[in-house]
Amino acid sequence: MGGDTSVVVEGDTVGEVLDRLTASHPNVKGQLLNDDGTLHRFLNVYVNDDDVRYLGGINAPITNGDEITLLPAVAGGTL
Amino acid sequence: MLDLIGGTPIVDVSALSPKSNVTILAKLEGRNPGGSVKDRVALSLVDAAERDGLLIAGKPDQILLEPSSGNTGIALAMVCRLRGYHLKVVLPANVSPERRQLLHAWGAEIIESPGSEGSNGAVRLAQSLSAQNPEWVFLYQYANPANPEAHYRTTGPEILADVPEITHFVAGLGTSGTLMGVGRYLKEHRPDVQIWAVEPPSGEMVDGLRNLDDGYIPPIFLENHGGDLLDRKIVVRPRESIEWTRRFTEVGLFVGLSSGAIIAGAVKCANLIPDDETATIVTIVCDDGWKYLSTGAWSDDIDDVVERAKKIIYF
Repeated sequence: MGGDTSVVVEGDTVGEVLDRLTASHPNVKGQLLNDDGTLHRFLNVYVNDDDVRYLGGINAPITNGDEITLLPAVAGGTL
Repeated sequence: MLDLIGGTPIVDVSALSPKSNVTILAKLEGRNPGGSVKDRVALSLVDAAERDGLLIAGKPDQILLEPSSGNTGIALAMVCRLRGYHLKVVLPANVSPERRQLLHAWGAEIIESPGSEGSNGAVRLAQSLSAQNPEWVFLYQYANPANPEAHYRTTGPEILADVPEITHFVAGLGTSGTLMGVGRYLKEHRPDVQIWAVEPPSGEMVDGLRNLDDGYIPPIFLENHGGDLLDRKIVVRPRESIEWTRRFTEVGLFVGLSSGAIIAGAVKCANLIPDDETATIVTIVCDDGWKYLSTGAWSDDIDDVVERAKKIIYF
């Protein structure tokens, strides 16, 4: 993201945070969200290491100091 | 030897639990003859291929191809050695040397994929080799229903028989075979059981979003409606994984690094259980620590190990 590995963004939900992130870093927009505003299927978003797909998706709530991590879906594990 | 696959013991590792009201039990898959949970998958894949006529027992010069960063390759190599098949394993260049040596020991042939591309790169190369060599049998654990089926048929029933009081199942998410198979079995028999996935740390190829379009979701995850089956998915960092791998020795267990990640996930799960409730979490120890000695995970400074874990596939 423009060379930054972490940025500080405000918002009450994951969706709001991602909206503000893509507003300030337009080059990542198409990579994070689909046209309908849902998460890119190969993007995993974690709030404090918890995948938001199981916490309400982009509507998952955020509180001050939460750490959001964006990771691509990979074929991981001791395969 | 193949009859020894499965029927693994479950031990109480609650000494590692952060809460006295939460029991944590670990199923020791390192006790399988090939040394990991993947013995179940390898046997199931080969049995299914023989049943479907893709492989013919006793016919010479049959070649199998599989992408694997370790345990599936090793387990398949053992099964192939016993059944007389030639196995080619597509392996990322940066896996620990023990895995490479074990594949040699079992007589498998290694095809290297670029280390920087991780497991996704091994999958891509295997798919392209399979397309170029249609006569090779491509079992493809990521998309083969015989993978989750092994766990639906064996691991799941074993867990429920041994731990009827189970409330949570926590396992690692790689191909998703364990979680899909055990998860489906448990939900059918105990709908209230929570299924938690632990995503192991995946090294430097996930630093940033450069490769998002190269992302990958295993077809068996989609076919089993993994998004609905799982109740929660968490990611565990290399440092936590290594710390917990070391802590396993407190309960007499010398385990591989992915098991450290999984117990770290189980501990996070335990921390969310209210004080006035009891819970019984079952986790999987995927393999033992022997294959990971070269990583220095138990002996070196943890900062050095964590740094190395970003470049070498440990998990």
